[in-house]
Amino acid sequence: MSLHDQSSPEFARGSYHEASRSVQLDRRDFLKVLGGGVLVCLTPTSAWTQESGRTFGGHELPKDVSAWLHIAAVGKVTVFTGKVEVGQNIRTSLAQQVAEELRVPFDSITMVMGDTDLTPWDMGTFGSRTTPTMGPQLRTMAAAARETLVQMAAQRWQVDAATLTAADGKVTDSKQSRSLTYGELTRGEKLVKIVSSEERLTPVTDWKIAGTAVPKVGGRDFVTGAHKFPSDMVLPEMRFGAVLRPDGFNATLASLDTSAAEKLHGVQVVRDGDFVGVVAPDAYTAQHALSAIQAKWNVPAQPSNEGLYEYLKNNPESSGEESPQHVAGSVTQAIASADLQLENQYTVAYIAHAPLEPRAAVATWADGRLTVWTGTQRPFGVRDELVQAFHLPAAQVRVIHPDMGSGYGGKHTGEAAIEAARLSKAAGKPVKVIWTRQEEFTWAYLRPAGLIEIKAGARRDGTLVAWEHHNYNSGPAAIGTPYDVANQIIQYHPARSPLRQGSYRGLAATANHFARESHMDALAHAAGLDPLAFRLKNISDTRLRAVLQAAAEKFGWGREKSTPGRGFGMACGTDKGGYIATCAEVGIDPASRKVRIRRIVEAWESGAIVNPDGLRNQVMGAIVQSIGGALFEQILFANGRILNPHFAQYRLPRFSDVPRIEVVLLERKDIPSAGAGETGIVGLAPAVANAIFAATGTRLRSMPMAPLHKEQHASSAQFHS
Amino acid sequence: MAEFLLHVNGAPLHVNAPADESLLSVLRNRLHLTGPKYGCGEGQCGACTVLLDGEATRSCLVAVGSVANAKIVTIEGLEQNGKLSAVQQAFLDEGAFQCGYCTSGMILSATSLLQRTHKPTEQQIVEAMDGNLCRCGTYPRIVAAIQRAAQSMPAKGASR
Ligand code: FES
Ligand code: FES
Repeated sequence: MSLHDQSSPEFARGSYHEASRSVQLDRRDFLKVLGGGVLVCLTPTSAWTQESGRTFGGHELPKDVSAWLHIAAVGKVTVFTGKVEVGQNIRTSLAQQVAEELRVPFDSITMVMGDTDLTPWDMGTFGSRTTPTMGPQLRTMAAAARETLVQMAAQRWQVDAATLTAADGKVTDSKQSRSLTYGELTRGEKLVKIVSSEERLTPVTDWKIAGTAVPKVGGRDFVTGAHKFPSDMVLPEMRFGAVLRPDGFNATLASLDTSAAEKLHGVQVVRDGDFVGVVAPDAYTAQHALSAIQAKWNVPAQPSNEGLYEYLKNNPESSGEESPQHVAGSVTQAIASADLQLENQYTVAYIAHAPLEPRAAVATWADGRLTVWTGTQRPFGVRDELVQAFHLPAAQVRVIHPDMGSGYGGKHTGEAAIEAARLSKAAGKPVKVIWTRQEEFTWAYLRPAGLIEIKAGARRDGTLVAWEHHNYNSGPAAIGTPYDVANQIIQYHPARSPLRQGSYRGLAATANHFARESHMDALAHAAGLDPLAFRLKNISDTRLRAVLQAAAEKFGWGREKSTPGRGFGMACGTDKGGYIATCAEVGIDPASRKVRIRRIVEAWESGAIVNPDGLRNQVMGAIVQSIGGALFEQILFANGRILNPHFAQYRLPRFSDVPRIEVVLLERKDIPSAGAGETGIVGLAPAVANAIFAATGTRLRSMPMAPLHKEQHASSAQFHS
Repeated sequence: MAEFLLHVNGAPLHVNAPADESLLSVLRNRLHLTGPKYGCGEGQCGACTVLLDGEATRSCLVAVGSVANAKIVTIEGLEQNGKLSAVQQAFLDEGAFQCGYCTSGMILSATSLLQRTHKPTEQQIVEAMDGNLCRCGTYPRIVAAIQRAAQSMPAKGASR
């Protein structure tokens, strides 16, 4: 199918992913940094494999390296990758895969991640790409390293390498009952091995460390408070910065009086065009100084929630470049001759990522070189932003990512990093900037709102014959139907969003699944078929059938009939290599129309499982997070202002919203592992919508389905049909 | 600016701060106890939770000038002689976190709950913890961790 998936709407038009590969590997002196041992680099260019086995002094290493791995003289293994840990547990799951291939104990591995000076260039951590791409790459390197060590032992003993085995950090010659630890083998060596992705990997069925529930690396530091998040970073002499925000989007500064702020002890006001910031000796004074500034802004008139969806439909992105349309057969003809025809619109609101740790950065300049610690899913992307902002060569900027208080697709950009760097440059001291919650709600970007129109036709026996799906603005992720339909038109229509929008966990897969699966449910009811039977009739994809049947079985689908007070609904789908089916039970108070999700069963399959505990945690978390967007999360805005930029007004899922959740993991050891951080989020909203319909006969077609009113603070949300 | 004597994690600490600066800001920025986190500054998320005379308290809403006589416990003060508290251990055993940013506040809220109610029902846990947000959605594991901690604690609630 020709639909292309764009990982991030905000950046889709640019070719940012190729923006910079300017890491000068040859400028690094590995000898100095790593002090000997064996270094393995992975490059997709196989020409380099010919040259493996060179010693590392002086000469140039390949530029196009995606990861590297080092075995020190003491046998310690360090893996360098540009990916970042944000709670999705890849620091653990990637190390497991390295330990597996290298045949070393899990705890001999250290992962160095997301540091633009130490790790190879990486596009960023999003799109569920780490497990399917970085996983195999690290495994390949580790396997190559193991082979190298075996060769080294063979040479030393003058025996055939095939007679030796590697296990538990040692190479063993069982015939002679002798062995050498990796540390003994690498001592005094300075060996570089360049490999491409052609190594033989350990079959999943033989996994001993990968595939098991290894506890999270550094878990203890999270329960003792010892872990340093980006906002916890402290440097000597560090100052605190804060930035003056306009009264609305697209505002221009009309007048400014900073005299009161400047009188405060130790405060420096920094102004550069419409950028106004303060630097102060402590966080309290910085906020104090900010509120002492008198500013007037001109805010132009701008759209609001009112009429948003018509606006998105009527304001295509001006580039005029429509996304590719997927067409098969003739939808018009097929619908005209179908027994059942059904047409409807669905909408999703803008929602905020609201990571619990807001944007934060600490910046410092030394000898013209800029170093920034910040929370971001794209350290190299943020480095490029800094390079541009300060007109520096890439080698003069270092971005370091301490494992952060998550992002969910919301921290691809480097706003706080640039602000901290700007203020630090002016102050001549390190500066920390932490966004307030209100800033995070207002000045970060949002998950796109969208309008989806679906037209479908089916035969009386439930065979789908036509499917037309148009998505305005929300995005193309998972827009293609996984059902067997001969006649299709599927298209994403980018629009001029009135609010800043960007990536979000699962992207538009949530919106497209909400619309598609609600529509499928409506078709099933129109055809007088059970929603499970109707779906199965139209699915030939065995993986999708398997999760659907597994979820239905665990849930006890069909055992009980929905009543006005209790509804059952289901949904299924696939995206980014993950297969999902969700069954929901909702309780509804017929008098107040209050709805409560009582039970969720979600079946999940994403190929071979690297860490079942981490996977369960991700799928569970995605289910919980999706409750918000399904029922009550939405950004309200008017005239360039966000109207609900506080947790008191923008409700996130809390303990009391959580139903009984059962996650059923299916494993396919024969299929390479897909990423699992995102797609678990797509099933709940349509399953709940379908359950509400089953109970009440009311079809809710807008997310959130039960927006809260100001006065409501109950855990149950009310819906209005 | 005034000088305050605070009792934090069993130690007397002198600090210079404006009386109306939040306890959270003082702990994090002046005393370098970064275990308590900023999540909203408005009492809505619980990331900043500390114990004030044993009670879970949102440190972002408390002025430093008002706590000079209170015993303050942050997440850094729970571990005793290298041994995790029952609640910390239970969070670790259940893997009750993802990014871990909410964890410090969760553990202190749970500690306070278990001091009041030794064997809370699930409903009591949900009610007591509802002011603490976990955006990663690990609530079911946190409930399980609190139940596990309740099991492992001596009946009198002597453990902190
Ligand atoms: S930071 Fe105190 S409750 Fe959110
Ligand atoms: S673990 Fe990330 S906010 Fe709770």
